[in-house]
Amino acid sequence: MSAQAFNDPVAVAAPAPSSSGWRVLRSAITDPLGALGLSLVLLIVLGALLADFSPYLPSKMAMPARFAPPSFEHLLGADHLGRDLFTRVLHGARIALGVALVATGISLVGGLILGMAAGYGPRWLDSVLLLVFDALRSFPTVMLALALVTLTGPSLYAVVAVVVIATLPGYGRVIRAQTMALKSAEFVLAARALGASAPRILLVDVMPNLIGPLLILVSMDIPVVITIEAGMSFLGLGVRPPTPSWGTILNDGYSFIRESPWPAIAGGLPIVIATLGFTFLGEALRDRFDPRLRKDG
Amino acid sequence: MLSYGLRRLGLAAVITALALIILISMIQMIPGDPAAVLLGPLATPETREAFRVQMGLDQPAVVQIARFFGRVLTGDLGTDVLTKRPVLTTVMEQMPFTLWLIFFSIGWSAALGIPLGCWSAISRGSWADRIIGILSVGTIALPSFVVAIYGLLLFSVALGWFPTIGAGEPGDPLDQLWHLVLPSLAVGLGWVGYLARMVRASMLEVLSENHIRMARAFGLKEATITYRYALKIAIIPTVVLLGIGVGNMISGAVFAEIVFARPGVGRLIFDAIATRNYPVVMGGVMITTIFYVLSTLCADLFAAWLDPRVRTSL
Repeated sequence: MSAQAFNDPVAVAAPAPSSSGWRVLRSAITDPLGALGLSLVLLIVLGALLADFSPYLPSKMAMPARFAPPSFEHLLGADHLGRDLFTRVLHGARIALGVALVATGISLVGGLILGMAAGYGPRWLDSVLLLVFDALRSFPTVMLALALVTLTGPSLYAVVAVVVIATLPGYGRVIRAQTMALKSAEFVLAARALGASAPRILLVDVMPNLIGPLLILVSMDIPVVITIEAGMSFLGLGVRPPTPSWGTILNDGYSFIRESPWPAIAGGLPIVIATLGFTFLGEALRDRFDPRLRKDG
Repeated sequence: MLSYGLRRLGLAAVITALALIILISMIQMIPGDPAAVLLGPLATPETREAFRVQMGLDQPAVVQIARFFGRVLTGDLGTDVLTKRPVLTTVMEQMPFTLWLIFFSIGWSAALGIPLGCWSAISRGSWADRIIGILSVGTIALPSFVVAIYGLLLFSVALGWFPTIGAGEPGDPLDQLWHLVLPSLAVGLGWVGYLARMVRASMLEVLSENHIRMARAFGLKEATITYRYALKIAIIPTVVLLGIGVGNMISGAVFAEIVFARPGVGRLIFDAIATRNYPVVMGGVMITTIFYVLSTLCADLFAAWLDPRVRTSL
């Protein structure tokens, strides 16, 4: 084996996960449930992208249309202020996906750094970080949201903070376990023998092997994130009205549930579609890609 | 067992202490003046100053945390701003409602989910197994507040089968049970799926083990093997899951209590935010967090009692 190959141990010992990414996705959608999941996810993404093409504005009131039932004019009906619910749902998709993207990104980076530090660093650091992860996980999520928002006031930042605190320990633990397993892998030992520094080993040798399992974990966590955002906005702890979030739409619908069922139905529907879509897709991906990640087995 | 129990107890104590420190440091870390946020824009500088002294916010952070621990250890969580009663009393008054909701939800979801999981494992690969599998994933994904609102819409508003608000007449158990149906549907539905999957997975594992093959070779009835031998072992991970699940159930209970206007800790805290009743919010969050840590502790101890292998894992 040439010295060049030794310098790039990833190429020797571990196939880069990204090259097989498309193949995994393609094989995941041969599973009918995975295909259904992907279509639902695409539906939500498309809705978020095309929201501006709706003939209505999400906050434009039109009292004559108050509580209009679904029709060709208003696909999901209109709410108590005559606002078109379909348009609001489309704009809500932007908030839901935006929060999911940003918060999961932060959580992932944080989890990577802390998890690799725990898995590769000294023992005491590992113990301390594990305790911190466990302590963060010991808050029921909604309780954490209630406590935090009392101090900060409701905002999108509060939602992102709650999501990060709720999901980071999970990523951290998985990354820690994987790092520990890789720590004694031959290509890591080889890199260490060649005198590579710890940051270099972690970044160049360990991290590429973490990305695959992580992405699957992320796709399974997105429904959780969407639920947290919608749930907090529903309670008035997240996005504030009149900004359309699925949670605020659902809350408006709840307030007027005796006047008309349509706003409540319209608020819940996208949440159901999004959570089911991402869950089915995530399950299919996981089954194809890494059965070891099964939480129940 | 004793040494595992003590180590696990110590861990629980450390985690609780850390969680409380995180909660308290949130006040320190968040930019801005908590007194201004909590009292609202109309408060005068004098009231803010008085509030700061009253809450001990004028002291250095370390002193605040130390003082706080001293008080928590003696059961003093501060005074309810509205009623002037101890926070502990206010929270404990609401606790039974929340506990009832949680235990009732665990009860019905276990009664349905565990047999479904067994059935699924025995008839592996069949249509029943596939359908149960899909339903499990689906119900796990559905947020409890959506189930609550759709349930309210369908069964209360449209069909009128169940009451929409409250916990029922005090002293009338049947009426209280009637009021519990829809909220516990919202809290427990996801758990049916969770439990079914969990039981199926561990059941499949156990059924392939030697002692089960042995029992089969002896010609024992399949039902005896499944329920008397296999389920006994397969249930252990499920018990641990239930302990962790209490945390999720607390979150679900908050939504159910708000949607169905039921009394309970979740609703208490939620209402306390609107009235800026800060000690009640923090006290309530603390007590539910401790309750959650205790329930995972109990689950772990129970699992260690059933399965000696667990004891070496800590």
